[in-house]
Amino acid sequence: MIRTPLRPLARILRARETGENPDAIEAENLRLRHEAQRDRARMQAEGRLLVLSVFFFCAFGVVGARMGLMAASVPEEPRVQAGGTAIVAQRADIVDRNGRVLATNMFTHSLYAQPPLMIDKEKAARELAKIFPELDEQKLLKDFTGKRKFLWIRKKLSPEQKQAVHDIGDPGLLFGPREMRLYPNGSLAAHILGGASFGREGVHSAEVIGVAGVERAFDDYLRDPAEEGRPLQLSIDLTVQSAVREVLYGGMKLMNAKGAAAVLMDVHTGEVLSMVSLPDFDPNDRPPPLLKGDPADSPLFNRALQGVYELGSTFKIFTVSQAMEMGMVRPETMVDANAPMKWGRFKIHEFQNHNYGPLLSVTDVIVKSSNVGTAKIALRIGGERQKAFLGELGFLQPTPIEMVEAPGAAPIYPGNWSEITTITASYGHGIAASPMHLAAAYSSLLNGGTRVVPTLLRRNTVEKGKRIVSEETSRAAREMLRQVVVRGTASFGAVAGYEVAGKTGTANKPKGNGGYYQDKNVNTFASVFPASDPKYVLIVTMDEASDTSGDEPRRTAGWTAVPVAAEVIRRAAPLLGLAPIIETPDLTAVRHTSN
Amino acid sequence: MKSVFFILTALSVMGLAFWAYQENYRTQESLRIVDRLQRDIGDRREAIAVLKAEWAYLNRPARLRDLAALNFDRLGLLPLVPEQFARVDEVAFPAPELPAMDLTGTVMTSGTNEEQEP
Repeated sequence: MIRTPLRPLARILRARETGENPDAIEAENLRLRHEAQRDRARMQAEGRLLVLSVFFFCAFGVVGARMGLMAASVPEEPRVQAGGTAIVAQRADIVDRNGRVLATNMFTHSLYAQPPLMIDKEKAARELAKIFPELDEQKLLKDFTGKRKFLWIRKKLSPEQKQAVHDIGDPGLLFGPREMRLYPNGSLAAHILGGASFGREGVHSAEVIGVAGVERAFDDYLRDPAEEGRPLQLSIDLTVQSAVREVLYGGMKLMNAKGAAAVLMDVHTGEVLSMVSLPDFDPNDRPPPLLKGDPADSPLFNRALQGVYELGSTFKIFTVSQAMEMGMVRPETMVDANAPMKWGRFKIHEFQNHNYGPLLSVTDVIVKSSNVGTAKIALRIGGERQKAFLGELGFLQPTPIEMVEAPGAAPIYPGNWSEITTITASYGHGIAASPMHLAAAYSSLLNGGTRVVPTLLRRNTVEKGKRIVSEETSRAAREMLRQVVVRGTASFGAVAGYEVAGKTGTANKPKGNGGYYQDKNVNTFASVFPASDPKYVLIVTMDEASDTSGDEPRRTAGWTAVPVAAEVIRRAAPLLGLAPIIETPDLTAVRHTSN
Repeated sequence: MKSVFFILTALSVMGLAFWAYQENYRTQESLRIVDRLQRDIGDRREAIAVLKAEWAYLNRPARLRDLAALNFDRLGLLPLVPEQFARVDEVAFPAPELPAMDLTGTVMTSGTNEEQEP
């Protein structure tokens, strides 16, 4: 590069000759040089700015384009990082307490038609009607030849049906993959499981949603992908459930009952080991709900949970236990039981107008099931305290069990707890609750006196609930209930080795328009076994049962529900791993005779 | 010196490009294998699910009960009853082991063996 000299000799000399200041020339040149330098620097800076802005433009352009692409593209499974865990069924299995499958999924296909693609519509309609008898050929043909471009034909196909449709060979008949819910045990545990059906449907998949029972109550859990298909473990024991259902079904037929229900509960944890309601249904093919008439006549109706009945004399033990807990009576205290008892315009009778009085020990009030004796005790307790005690046992709210039907099955009791309510509620009339309520209350009362919350989920450890009655009261109540089986109304309930204790309850069914049927009963037997160290509570309820083996039909619980419950215990207790207690002969009795 | 540096740089760029090209194809091949394996695993799981469902269906209590009734002659299966429980002290002690017999150099005491010989 040639630098322009600041003092070019020719101009200096010329300036000297003319007498000008040569320094002006230097200053002028210096100025020009600086200007040139400045221009160059600016050019450079501008160039750099340009490069930088292009760079930023490109960078932001890339970011923007990537964002747009990600927003617009279909989500794709990560293929490289993901392990093998990703592929699971969309709905988790349900298993029993020992891991046996109660509900699982099957892969099947749905059938749909695209009429514009069909070739021989008449033949297709004819053949389809042949394969699926429930389809109407004329209607199919109308759909195929009409304006429709798409229609579902069947939601589920068996492999044989799929092959048969394949064999029609029409390109307009297409299959979509489907997951369907399968209940391999059929109607066993039908009411607990409920059932499932399809939610939103597409060609390539369909949602499987629960419609009732635990399927509905745990819908979110079962469908949660974060659980990775971990099965839902229930407290039900499949083997016990099967045995209970078999015995109960036989009992229901034998006793000419309209329906029956049984609840088997662990007294300490509140786990429901078996819950049966008959008649039942097949959850694989759930029947539609009844549109008219009494919903209780539908097989969908769960008598064990939704059946809110007056449970009759089974309530007497609550009254007596409360009196014992308050220190009013002891088991051997004599109470007034002179029947009939007059209260205002009401008359309280005993069963078949007996009179067990005038005085009866508290144990005998339970053993003989004296309405009057219980009512007198209840009047001493007082309505408010009685209501509070029943509330603590859970009789004033729906059970918190994990089924979608549970909140709807609220107990029925009068809003105004008058003295006559106190009297009738003491022996289980005028207050209606479900067998599940009764199971929870018996468990709470007899397990040593701590509150039990019924559950359908398997629990390994359960903290003791709130104390309701003392250990002492709980033991006394168990001994009274044992006496009911040994020498009282439930003598058919004795099962050798299992020390069954329990209370019968017979209540007339209410008519729809007020009043009670005289020949329609709800019979209940609430039992606990073994009495010395209670493990399980069993409630058996029979609807309109009657034993016709005698001269006239016998409709009391002692003749109907009790023998069935005894057979249930005989079958179920060994399956629960409960070894029989070897009964030793009463030594005091032996001594007395030898004296 | 400079030109050598340029040539080396250019060569290394070409080398890296070739390596990247190969890696790209190997990655794609691996992804294809992974896809196939995932599909296989999915198929297997589906098959397992079907087999499990079938197992549960074949073992449903109602069917087992019917089978037990059908095969009562051969199996004699009855429901479990309380009498089948026993205490440990009710289990009989095993019979004492008999002292082993010395079979070497035994003396034939009967003629049965001779009769069997042709």
